[in-house]
Amino acid sequence: MDIGRIDQIIDKHGCKASSLIQILINIQSENHWLPKEVLERVSERLAVPMNQIQHITTFYKSFSLVPKGRHEVHVCMGTACHVRGAQRVLDTVEELTGIKPGETDVDLKFSLETVNCIGCCALGPVMVVDGEYHGNLAAGQLEDVLKNYE
Amino acid sequence: MPKINSSAEFAALRKEVLSSRDPNRPCIAVCTGSGCLALGAANLVTALKDEIQAQGLESRIEVRETGCPGFCERGPLIVVYPDETCYLKVQPADAKEVIASVLEKTVIDRLLYVDPVTGERVVHEMDIPFYQNQLRLLIGNNIKLDPTSIEDYLAIGGYAALEKALCQMKPEQVVGLVKESGLRGRGGGGFPSGNKWEFTRNAPDPVKYVVVNADEGDPGAFMDRALLEGSPHAVLEGLIIGAYAIGAHEGFLYVRQEYPLAVENITLAIKTAEEYGFLGKNILGSGFDFIVEVAQGAGAFVCGEETALIRSLEGKAGEPKPRPPFPAVRGLWDKPTNINNVETWANIPLIINKGPAAFASVGTAGSKGTKIFSLVGKVKNTGLVEVPMGITLRDIVYKIGGGIPGDKRFKAVQTGGPAGGCMPESLLDMEVDFDQLTKAGSMMGSGGMIVLDEETCMVDFARFFLAFLADESCGKCVPCREGIQQMLTILTDITQGKGKKGDLDLLLQLTEVSGASLCALGKGAPNPVMSTLKHFRDEYEAHIEGKCPAFTCKELFSFYIEPEKCQACTNCGRKCPAGAIEGGKNLIHVVDQAKCTKCGACLEACPPRFGAVTRIPGKAVPAPLPEDARTIVRGNK
Repeated sequence: MDIGRIDQIIDKHGCKASSLIQILINIQSENHWLPKEVLERVSERLAVPMNQIQHITTFYKSFSLVPKGRHEVHVCMGTACHVRGAQRVLDTVEELTGIKPGETDVDLKFSLETVNCIGCCALGPVMVVDGEYHGNLAAGQLEDVLKNYE
Repeated sequence: MPKINSSAEFAALRKEVLSSRDPNRPCIAVCTGSGCLALGAANLVTALKDEIQAQGLESRIEVRETGCPGFCERGPLIVVYPDETCYLKVQPADAKEVIASVLEKTVIDRLLYVDPVTGERVVHEMDIPFYQNQLRLLIGNNIKLDPTSIEDYLAIGGYAALEKALCQMKPEQVVGLVKESGLRGRGGGGFPSGNKWEFTRNAPDPVKYVVVNADEGDPGAFMDRALLEGSPHAVLEGLIIGAYAIGAHEGFLYVRQEYPLAVENITLAIKTAEEYGFLGKNILGSGFDFIVEVAQGAGAFVCGEETALIRSLEGKAGEPKPRPPFPAVRGLWDKPTNINNVETWANIPLIINKGPAAFASVGTAGSKGTKIFSLVGKVKNTGLVEVPMGITLRDIVYKIGGGIPGDKRFKAVQTGGPAGGCMPESLLDMEVDFDQLTKAGSMMGSGGMIVLDEETCMVDFARFFLAFLADESCGKCVPCREGIQQMLTILTDITQGKGKKGDLDLLLQLTEVSGASLCALGKGAPNPVMSTLKHFRDEYEAHIEGKCPAFTCKELFSFYIEPEKCQACTNCGRKCPAGAIEGGKNLIHVVDQAKCTKCGACLEACPPRFGAVTRIPGKAVPAPLPEDARTIVRGNK
């Protein structure tokens, strides 16, 4: 990620240590992961020590310290989805993509994550791919859904 | 838009907004909340707009993209004004017909709600039983509004409470009204909101903050999301009034990152409110200054706890702090801070507009007003429901929810999020309010209500919550970090057939140490175990004996093909991904238990008219027929 762009994001949030999380969210959503050089730049500009930044990036679930695939697959494991068969959906997605939650495949095509509720409980089980919601899923449909992502 | 500087200018603005609107002009309100969007509502909006444009009807028919009215189960849904005709499961292909029916003032029968009991079609939104049995004081506005339009909100009386509070009342009077109304915090704790406001107001430090807690982390709850997405200005109006009452000049909205549309809508609402002069310097000429900033959560359940949320707002890891001192005394950057949940803030304009007596006329002795629940799980009408406090669980599940799908038997309702509890059938006639739920060993929580049927395994369900809490524990307090892990290990063993005699007593002993944690996550962690053990101990015992009666725990039940029912249709064998079914043409099929992965594909594949594939609790199944006895002898064709 370009250092100029990182500075822009930092300045947009007023270059304050209290904005650390908001700045990291912004970088994560643009770059999909947080490379070490980026974090070092943030540390330098905000005068926040690296160990504190490491604490934040490992405490909160939405940050990734490793590269992500082109398509981010989130399978909801919230209560409502759980009672409607989310585990089978997850099992099938694992089978189809060959990766477990938290992993990215070698071609950098898919990253798989589980989430603990995305608030679409009425449509469970739900899966989100690149921000697109797929509700009322049955295990048999998953192959067709994932086929659409290259 | 020129800034509004006085009550007179505000009155003129509202008059102008109302006079520019024709209440008889047809308007198609399409729900574009996250639920309906997931079901394809965006394509429906495009199809409707394209059709209107193709026919040159832009000036005659309006399309309004609204927030969630609650009936997610039947989305995408639309309401056609002025008649309030409600169509369900509308597809883009229906657009032409919908437009024609609006022009001809007719009704499309096939898109109406059909009463499952009487078979009658219901035309108007309010007559659908799902809505009829609710009292939708907050969520009912969603379908009337385009959340991106402040004028829509002004047209239904929006910001009138703000004008009344800031221009006609002293801050102390506002606090007094909220106290008098009996409003209790909707985020879970149920603390009287007026008292909390007063503590913050009376704290000596002149710099104070107000915060909206929209870190709705409870899995199975999405009422705050619907309010923020659908009625962002109502939440904002409540917050500004609260800031005025408390004496805060800066506020924060902490929204979880999993709710992108809510972040978008509330950010836009803040911007427009600033343009109109409802935020910023000298609001409505009252001399009161107030600004709001949106902060996003980064994915940590514990941040819904107020002290953890404060740390997160400060840019730190969200670990809870001991209380006291309470945030009302020392909160954000050590300044007095008042944190309320989204739904609590959204109730404030209602209290100011209608008066505390009107608000308190709804509800029970200790819990006033309405509560929004997300009714999900094994229930026919899933969605958001807003009901008066004191309604019975039975009314919610059966009258509003329509009962359990597929003629299955009701087992329990789970409320209060991961640290809540389960209520069995014997408690269905309980009145739902803060105190009754606590008495029954659960809690109100933020309002998730998950219905479970006979196919939900209660041991697995408790394990699910413990796994959730173990994952989300911040690790600061030992009883939470280690205790949950130990309970989870025992529960996992039980669900995998490794349960031992004495496990249940050990679990009960472990539940006792949790009180030593700092926040509600750790303190409430044993609740799922305690409540399921109390009401469903027989299921735990069955597991220890090697049987899962709900056929959920894979190690503790088996698939079996009843030889006398099998017609050798070969469906199951072809669907089995593990090659675990032996059989062939005219041969009775047999499950090879050693190969079976318990995926259930055979059960789904077996034609209901045969019903040969069944599940048996435990590992023992009747011995298969000897191979030479498997040929099916059929009668003459």
